[in-house]
Amino acid sequence: MPEAILEVRDLVKHFPVQVGVLFKRTIGHVKAVDGVSFDLARGETLGVVGESGCGKSTLAQVLMRLEKATSGTVRFEGRDIFGLAGQELRRLRRDIQIVLQDPYTSLNPRMTVGDLVGEPFEIHPDVAPKGERRRKVQELLDVVGLNPEHINRYPHQFSGGQRQRIGIARALALRPKVIICDEPVSALDVSVQAQVMNLLDTLQAEFDLSYVFIAHDLSVVRHLSDRVAVMYLGKVVEIGTDEQIYEHPTHPYTQALLSAVPVPDPELRGRREVIRLTGDVPSPVNPPSGCRFRTRCWKARDVCAQEEPALVDRLGHPSACHFAEEHPHVAVG
Amino acid sequence: MSDPAVVAADEPELEQIVTGKQDKPRSLGSDAWHELRRKPTFLISLILILIVVAMALFPGLFTHVSPTAADLNHARGGPSAQAWFGYDVQGSDVYARAIYGTRASLLVGVFATLGTVLIGGIVGIVAGFYGRWTDSLLARFADIFAGMPFVLGAIVIMLTLNAPGSNPGETRILSQVVFSIAVLSWPVAMRIMRAATLVAKQQDYVKAARGLGAGPLRIIFRHLLPNTVAPVMVYATIALGANIGAEATLAYLGIGLRPPVVSWGVMISDARDYVAAAPHILLFPAAFVSVTVLAFVMLGDAVRDAFDPKSR
Repeated sequence: MPEAILEVRDLVKHFPVQVGVLFKRTIGHVKAVDGVSFDLARGETLGVVGESGCGKSTLAQVLMRLEKATSGTVRFEGRDIFGLAGQELRRLRRDIQIVLQDPYTSLNPRMTVGDLVGEPFEIHPDVAPKGERRRKVQELLDVVGLNPEHINRYPHQFSGGQRQRIGIARALALRPKVIICDEPVSALDVSVQAQVMNLLDTLQAEFDLSYVFIAHDLSVVRHLSDRVAVMYLGKVVEIGTDEQIYEHPTHPYTQALLSAVPVPDPELRGRREVIRLTGDVPSPVNPPSGCRFRTRCWKARDVCAQEEPALVDRLGHPSACHFAEEHPHVAVG
Repeated sequence: MSDPAVVAADEPELEQIVTGKQDKPRSLGSDAWHELRRKPTFLISLILILIVVAMALFPGLFTHVSPTAADLNHARGGPSAQAWFGYDVQGSDVYARAIYGTRASLLVGVFATLGTVLIGGIVGIVAGFYGRWTDSLLARFADIFAGMPFVLGAIVIMLTLNAPGSNPGETRILSQVVFSIAVLSWPVAMRIMRAATLVAKQQDYVKAARGLGAGPLRIIFRHLLPNTVAPVMVYATIALGANIGAEATLAYLGIGLRPPVVSWGVMISDARDYVAAAPHILLFPAAFVSVTVLAFVMLGDAVRDAFDPKSR
């Protein structure tokens, strides 16, 4: 495996649940991220997939150091990001950037596009001298496929896809090495999704970027990612290369997610089994004992409630299931 | 944006602006100014405010009659060629008194509102932004002032600052009135600002700014303030009128401005018992208050709209 730019080890983020007006008592913890480990290689795209509420976005916040982790480490180029402060932290901000999910709230409505994309340069004045900033902003707009003459427009004058391009231009401004994409296309129309995905793909090659690409939909991630991690209730349940996850999934949850991906070919449609999960995602405040997926799993046995399955190599790649096996007719080939 | 007709109507003008001054990046401030200059409500309110300010600064330009000269022969006399607005209970010229009353009223109205908004706004944005114990502490502190009835609080403050029987000067009384109004009404502005900040703080653009490494000052001034100031401004324009009235209340209680100093509030409270017999004594000063408040409301509206790109 090539050199890892980002190493995440046993990352845990719990949010305290508090009651009381003046004197707050902690009555529990939302276990949003509960022991996540992975490596991101230079130039690689790691897809992170899971249902709403499984902790994907919290993971993004912690990787950005917008939230402090409860425990665990994140190493960027070998240095623990939680140990950084002051100048070093500012330096880190230049290397890791984020593209947020909702293009309608991620841009300040009272700033012009020029101000929005130019703000990184104001915060990090050493990146571009004052006189050059406007040219740099226009270059960036050009790179993401927007008209550089539109610097005086406001976000509301753009469509969702164009706004997301503005968000991408802002993230690119500091020439980061890693970009965390927190569901960057899930708020967009399908036709626009493809354009933005292609743009991200082109930019990766052009600027030598590594992506952590978060999505709730396996089909979106496949287009871009080299490896995929599937998350459920704060834990990674299966991780592997594109081929391992899409063609040889071994965890029941991955199989269920895959079986829900629409198949464009009508010939194949009838031949595939759709696994319908019953019930809701359990509360992350009080997750099930043992395997967290057991309450919705058709394979669940007694052992699943007693013993938590470790994320170890089973049938060729890491999968956290006691009964890991391939399931016929779910893989999208 | 969802309405195609609106976009189509917008487009040519924008195109023209963009291509016309293509090389000049503009900021929200210059865009807002550009917008304001062409707005009739802004210009009208500005002219009205300038007139009122001129009356406050140079009352002698508007009338040669002394506001304190009284002739009981004319008491409660109606409007006439000698006295356009008639005479009050003491036989003083209502017009002259209204002109000379501008200074005290405007000073109290503007400065009490400024004080309210500044104290409330700063405390509110700090409480909303930092949250946790800072918020709890500041919110409880504000509750102390919010829980005090205005009149009672003002009596306590004014009597503490001036021993009964003393005769402090006009400036001193004015600043004390401003102080008591601001101290007693800032919690409202604070709550409005805090609520707006709590909403704005959750927005993704604040997250993005933090991700870029923006410090708290940049986030507050660049991202939060422009998006939270509008509701406080609406409150301020309402509070302005209320504060001119509050000054009258204090005058009536004998703890605010006292004769020979004139203010619109003093005139209104003097006229209170003669509304049926001589309505002009009440109506003219009340009209001055209304027009002044209206001018500030219009100004506030125009400025708020100009700073909201979506409303253009």
